[in-house]
Amino acid sequence: MTFLTITQVRKSFGGPPVVDNVSLEVPRGEFFALLGPSGCGKTTLLRMIAGFETPDSGTIAIEGEVMNTVPPYRRPTNMVFQSYAIFPHLNVFDNIAYGLRKLKLPKEMLRARIEAMLATVRLEGLSDRAADQLSGGQRQRVALARALVREPKILLLDEPLGALDKRLREAMQVELRALQRKVGITFVLVTHDQEEALSLSDRIAVMEGGKILQVASPRELYERPNCRAVADFIGEINFFHATVKEIGSDAATVNAGLLGLITLPRANLASGIKQDDHILLAIRPEHIGFAPQGVSGEITASTFLGDRSHFHVRIAGRSEAVAVSGTPPCAGPVHLAFPPHHLMGLPLAD
Amino acid sequence: MRKSGGLFLYALAYLAFLYVPVLVLPIFSFNDSQFIAFPLSGFTLRWYEGLAADTAMQHALGNSLKVGVATALLSTLLGLLAAKAVTHYRLRAAGGMLGFISLPLFIPDIVLGISLLLLLGTVGLPLSLAAVVLGHMLVCVPFALTVLIARFEGFDKNLEEASADLGEDGWMTFWRVTFPLMLPGIVASLLLTFITSFDEFLVAYFLSGTEATLPIYIWGQLRFPYRLPMVLALGAIILTVSVALVVLAEYVRNLGVKKPMVGA
Repeated sequence: MTFLTITQVRKSFGGPPVVDNVSLEVPRGEFFALLGPSGCGKTTLLRMIAGFETPDSGTIAIEGEVMNTVPPYRRPTNMVFQSYAIFPHLNVFDNIAYGLRKLKLPKEMLRARIEAMLATVRLEGLSDRAADQLSGGQRQRVALARALVREPKILLLDEPLGALDKRLREAMQVELRALQRKVGITFVLVTHDQEEALSLSDRIAVMEGGKILQVASPRELYERPNCRAVADFIGEINFFHATVKEIGSDAATVNAGLLGLITLPRANLASGIKQDDHILLAIRPEHIGFAPQGVSGEITASTFLGDRSHFHVRIAGRSEAVAVSGTPPCAGPVHLAFPPHHLMGLPLAD
Repeated sequence: MRKSGGLFLYALAYLAFLYVPVLVLPIFSFNDSQFIAFPLSGFTLRWYEGLAADTAMQHALGNSLKVGVATALLSTLLGLLAAKAVTHYRLRAAGGMLGFISLPLFIPDIVLGISLLLLLGTVGLPLSLAAVVLGHMLVCVPFALTVLIARFEGFDKNLEEASADLGEDGWMTFWRVTFPLMLPGIVASLLLTFITSFDEFLVAYFLSGTEATLPIYIWGQLRFPYRLPMVLALGAIILTVSVALVVLAEYVRNLGVKKPMVGA
């Protein structure tokens, strides 16, 4: 029995499905991210886990208990809203204590628990602060504290860092990750920011058009995307058309046109690819090397990024420039090397 | 310089036009003469003392208070429900419905009064203070609605969801989140609808039957010239209280507006 189990969940708001036949399993204690462009259904899925929306079909179960008909106020989940939804008429203390009313704790115990929570999110001494006197980062911490103090089984975070500026966002990423390790609660994060998803999560589900394209660890998503959309969405990548010539037990040979005949590890081909298929060969900019010989081209644009530079290299027979990052040997014509073990074979059509 | 001097005079004349007629009322209410004419003849409080002894006036005042309070409570309640419906749910005909609710504002009161009189007669309902309350609600619900919708519109729906998420059902969410945040709007609506009802004459005149409200009583008194100064004293009191209530309503309505209504 998995901790959070989503089985064939479908939801539409009177139009095409917003969440289309999604199945997911999240083990206890995992930091899980739903990543996708806006409108991909990730927030709707999160709101169904919280209980604000009901699936049209399929089930959502927590620890084996089906939650479909359980109202939000009886679910073992708590949510950090994108707008934070801090109660404007209550101070920090009362905001955090809001969800503890039913416990009927004696005053000192309530205070102790809230002070401890304030310390966890590093808001010591702010318990009397009015809601409208908080900075963006502080609001975010109050929203976190208010949800975590109820000790939910699952904490749901809807673009929690979206409203913060870049530096604060980076600092909060580190903190959020540390906090999750410390409290050991399962976190489900919704974000459209691939960097945020990559740096925070144990595993990521990439969503598009209401469907899940791939569920994998950040590293796997980056190095072994299973389709063009995932490869495109996570980081920058170059695609080359190719045809599969032969698939052996360990290696496969493909005809990559401009790049010639290439033999790459069989594991680099996405599952389902057969001999004679037209495929896409994908390679990250940093995996393309400048070499004494190889595919010749010319640098048409370069961007200095400090530790490295980013180039657009035009090669003969291809209208689109190749994105390369690294350091070129010198100016003028260059030669590009495409290490076979970094080339990924993806199906042409998603 | 000359240009702004001209503008200044214009502004002064404008203010005089607005407020001099109103000021006549309190001035003559303290004037020690039956005749409403300059020069003033001396200071007196006897018109105010006369009011204190006037039981018919007090009865009319009681009627007006009853009608005003009932109208304020009912209009605000109806306004609250309608405002919540319009702002919280994506209603298909929300615009049309709002228009229909606000329409009585644009129907002349005299037309409204006559129509209601005819309607009551047809249905066979007696003319009474209750009938006045119904008539006043027609005029007051649009006011209540306007005030309350403005308040609801700044209201972040996530706040109610956050409350549900934190373990409170619909009823407790209303008491702990919605009501406290709506309270300034509700109080403002109560005050404004009360004042509107309290000052209303035409509809009350048609529907009140034998029970006079205060404006009707004052209208009746105008036939007796010797009672005119007393009416002025009464008018001065009503004016003061009305202005005070409207100012209070505006103050309360803006309370908490500085604090963002969206989740801070």
